[in-house]
Amino acid sequence: MSTAQPLHARHPLQERLQREASAEAIFRWATLCAAALVLVLLAGVLISLAYGAWPALKTFQWRFLATEVWNPVTRKFGALAPVYGTVVTSIIAMLIAIPIAFGIAVFLTETCPRWLRTPIAVAIELLAAIPSIVFGIWGLFILAPILQQYVQPWLIDHVGPLPLVGALFQGAPYGIGLLTAGIVLAIMVLPFITAVMREVFQMTPTSLKEAAYAAGATQWDVVWDIVLPWSRPGIIGGIMLGLGRALGETMAVTFVVGNAHRISTSLLAPGTTIAAAIANEFTEAVGDLYTSSLIALGLILFVLTFVVIAGARLLLLKLERGATRRSA
Amino acid sequence: MTKALRRRRFVSAVALGVSMLATVLGLAILGAILWTLVVKGFGGWSIAVFTQSTPAPQSEGGLLNAIFGSAVMTAIGIGIGAPVGVLAGTYLAEYGRRNKFTSTVRFINDVLLSAPSIVIGLFVYTVVVARMGHFSAIAGAISLAIISLPVIVRTTEDMLRLVPKSMREGSAALGAQPWRTVTNVVYPAARSGLITGMLLAIARISGETAPLLFTALNNQFWSTNLNGPMANLPAVIFLYAMSPYENWQALAWSGALLITLFVLVLSIIARSIAALFGAGQRGAP
Repeated sequence: MSTAQPLHARHPLQERLQREASAEAIFRWATLCAAALVLVLLAGVLISLAYGAWPALKTFQWRFLATEVWNPVTRKFGALAPVYGTVVTSIIAMLIAIPIAFGIAVFLTETCPRWLRTPIAVAIELLAAIPSIVFGIWGLFILAPILQQYVQPWLIDHVGPLPLVGALFQGAPYGIGLLTAGIVLAIMVLPFITAVMREVFQMTPTSLKEAAYAAGATQWDVVWDIVLPWSRPGIIGGIMLGLGRALGETMAVTFVVGNAHRISTSLLAPGTTIAAAIANEFTEAVGDLYTSSLIALGLILFVLTFVVIAGARLLLLKLERGATRRSA
Repeated sequence: MTKALRRRRFVSAVALGVSMLATVLGLAILGAILWTLVVKGFGGWSIAVFTQSTPAPQSEGGLLNAIFGSAVMTAIGIGIGAPVGVLAGTYLAEYGRRNKFTSTVRFINDVLLSAPSIVIGLFVYTVVVARMGHFSAIAGAISLAIISLPVIVRTTEDMLRLVPKSMREGSAALGAQPWRTVTNVVYPAARSGLITGMLLAIARISGETAPLLFTALNNQFWSTNLNGPMANLPAVIFLYAMSPYENWQALAWSGALLITLFVLVLSIIARSIAALFGAGQRGAP
């Protein structure tokens, strides 16, 4: 009987359990806060950009999006030239990168000997690890001179005289310009698009492919008529992911785009992109309206990439869910 | 063999041949970039690069202050980004497995993963630099932390999900609270995966340039002051490569080679760890 304790005295074990429970509450709360921080960051970026862009947007209103003029002296700013440059360089990048990425993904999933697959895939993905400033310096000192000496004169001489497309290849071969920026961007987004394509190609059910082979299809028939239709949403997702990267890429483009605030029909002419304009001018911008206009450019860029990347992720998510449902 | 079949076989052979050429082209570009870096950058490597600070035009110097600044800012960035990212990833994988909040956070995190880094720089400029009134290494480190965060959240969640449920159940059966299970059972089991994530995040932020341009700015001199502008490799490379001075351009190549080697070695180590320990690593390369 003497071992019995009064009811109000707490057993040491009970205290220990209490401590464990409060530690649990603290840990749980900390993880929740950290997760919420991700949302806070997104909101913070949007709000701070909108706040910073407000003076410019109030002054120029919708004309900000429709004017080509960018003149710090007369304090007239319009986003049209950088937006145009961003869109055009990204389109060039996509036109070059998509077929090459498709080829690499087909080679890696269909024809490549098994032992070579991982080394090649890793090598291509290492391209994505190279810092963008390295692409910039390589583009400026190596790629641009090659384009200037060999590729652009040929384009001007042979494609330039053609109707319609010819207009895109006029003027002098500067080396730097929208086309060069597009090519560098293509190299940079290539590993991202390839990785996604390879992944979705591998998700094609083997039974479908085997059935096609049994019906007498060639390897290419299987790729074109079975794998491609089956993985279409994933491919589009991968392309949009690459597009999102291309739109926001900064340093590589800043080196080779030429940084001229004007819109020219010719792809060989220097231009600018949103990211390049910000990187080039932000620290040198004098006056609130100039700074605010650059932040407004940033806001446009963020909204643009957000829409593209969110669309890509939604498509890929849908595909992933479909795959798990099918395999279950 | 009918004519149609022969034609189909021919098309197949040509198309697959072209796809092989595409692969060769991709590898050739990687090779060309690395080759240029080695040729142009290695020639400029000397003791001075690692022992002296950035020079004035046309004079001797090195990259010591820039290397130091990059290391400091990357370290602080990952020092902030890693703990927060691991905690957030823990919530997604352990506590909120199926709720709406989790799927929203996961989605937004994936979007932030590919958000343009220059916009993050603008954000840090408006909330930190503009408030403090001057550029600073701390602001640079904060922007790097923000960029590393989504990478770590994503890999942490993926890696924790690979830990078998039975281990958690065993721990719970012994009376452990979930936080004990996570810290004493799940984290050790996923350790190699978590390290992989951190290495990938370091690789990602150590080459970042755009957000540093208007947060840490640059500094021609040796500086250990976190509250002031600090030199960093990417900004120095940008400035020197665009300059007309030959010795500056040579230093830019040396810096580019240094940073690329660092990032590639880190990526390869991260991948080998992931491969060695059988943790299938997905998402951001």
